[in-house]
Amino acid sequence: MNWRAVRAVAAKDLLEVRKNRMATWSILGLSVFFSVGMPLLIGLLPFAAGPSGGDLGPFEQLTRLLPPGQQDLPIGSRMVVLMLGYFLAPLFLIIPLMVSSIVGAESFVGEKERGTLEGLLFLPATDLELYAGKVLAGFVPAVAAAFLNFALYAVMVNLVSAPIVGGAWFPTVPALALAAWVGPAVALLGVSASVLVSTRVETVLEANQVSGLLSLVIVALMVGQGSGLLMLSLPVLFLIGLAIYGVDVLLVRFGAAVFSRDRLMARA
Amino acid sequence: MATAIAADGLSRSFGTVRAVDGVSFEVPAGEVFGLLGPNGAGKTTLIRLLAGVLLPGAGSARVLGLDPWTDGPGVRRRCGVLTETPAVYGRLTARQNLGFAAEVFGVPLPEVACRVNDLLARFSLADRADEPVGGFSKGMKQRLALARALVHDPELLFLDEPTAGLDPAASRQVHEMVGGLREEGRTVVLCTHRLVEAEALCDRVGVLAKGRLVALGTVRELSERLLADSPVALSFLDPVSDAVAGEVGAVPGVTVEERGERHLLLAAPDDEALAAAVGAAVGAGGRVVAAGRREHTLEDVYFALQEAAA
Repeated sequence: MNWRAVRAVAAKDLLEVRKNRMATWSILGLSVFFSVGMPLLIGLLPFAAGPSGGDLGPFEQLTRLLPPGQQDLPIGSRMVVLMLGYFLAPLFLIIPLMVSSIVGAESFVGEKERGTLEGLLFLPATDLELYAGKVLAGFVPAVAAAFLNFALYAVMVNLVSAPIVGGAWFPTVPALALAAWVGPAVALLGVSASVLVSTRVETVLEANQVSGLLSLVIVALMVGQGSGLLMLSLPVLFLIGLAIYGVDVLLVRFGAAVFSRDRLMARA
Repeated sequence: MATAIAADGLSRSFGTVRAVDGVSFEVPAGEVFGLLGPNGAGKTTLIRLLAGVLLPGAGSARVLGLDPWTDGPGVRRRCGVLTETPAVYGRLTARQNLGFAAEVFGVPLPEVACRVNDLLARFSLADRADEPVGGFSKGMKQRLALARALVHDPELLFLDEPTAGLDPAASRQVHEMVGGLREEGRTVVLCTHRLVEAEALCDRVGVLAKGRLVALGTVRELSERLLADSPVALSFLDPVSDAVAGEVGAVPGVTVEERGERHLLLAAPDDEALAAAVGAAVGAGGRVVAAGRREHTLEDVYFALQEAAA
């Protein structure tokens, strides 16, 4: 494997994404919404609910899943902790998923749309090196964006909730595991699926639509959490991450195996 | 002389369309070889096959001694390709485009910056080296694409319609560059449907029609093989009279093929007949100002071939 060629392809794609205002603003907008906007909104809940805290209905049952130290908090504060620390934490996975999907979906079909695919295929890189470069180009910024956003989310959560919870409490251990273990898995899932799709469709729009289906994984996690069916404990997170990595390996291997310069060129 | 390209019975189909059909030819190293043919004749497909980007349905080839389908990266590392559309990255600067190519082509790291700067200067792009290429004119993009094709100092260049869409000044620049490549001893395969371009630049040409190589050789060889003797043009100071035309036409072996206001186009088998025709014209009162054979052009050869292939 010629890693210099792989790195060059990935670096070129990253540079292109960085100069693509639409993609940059989409990623920034998403980051601001999830990492800044949501903690702010949720953090205001206890104030909106008033001193009595209101009635949480069935959600009150869920607050019993909180660690013992947090069970004693007022109901509004418990709700904030539950929402920011548990229910919405999986939503953070949208960031690596979307970043990797945006970059991955652009990879081959984007080059085709911009008329640069032929030049790419004439490069002296093997099929595997080209494919690896494209996967790397989506994976690296997705993981970087995920970690940055997680840090920002943690800061925001503590800023808005420390006064009512009584101090900094986030990230929790499961949230850290979610970011460090499941986040990269989801990033790889997004990029491996979208690059694969990008070799087989005719437009970036099609690639984005197919890649968008992956967000169902995140929705499933959120529904699981919200319904109380799935509490993202460490063992559960480990298994979820392992399963996603397994799918990643299959997708990358399958994508690299079926990637064919000849087929791409014949359709160009 | 070493052989740069040897193709034997190359074929490739797309669905039911046979894009390249049993093409065989050789290109010696250092030659500028023209691939001619109308759009859809198979020129671009042939380049893609030889660069190992497309797989053949049948046939074999050696490019710079390598098999393009088992050692595609090896072949491409030693070839430069200018694709029909410049295929440069519009969001990147000219410098970044060349830097990217230099990295993938494995230019030694300490040499990358120097090589890129040299090419930017050589192709008159240094002033705008750090601007996004998206704002460049078509001619500038084409020059950048040509610079990119040369970034790794290739032995063999495939130039696919290098002057398509360029204005005359930019086309001339490209022609001069191809001339420069020939002087440097590089092998060039030039795909074009501009016959004047091929005639001016190529040592030999191959003519493709419907995927098949229908002729191969120098322009002179092809015209001798495919066309009758070159016509002779007699030019007169005054309008051609019936008497002059009649006397010339009466010379044994000479036929008047075309009568213009002040010229006659003759079929004359040799210089003896030509001299007799000039004498007859002068004898009939014609004031001859020029006489000579008009060499067949590549255009004559090309259209004769395409007509035969139709």
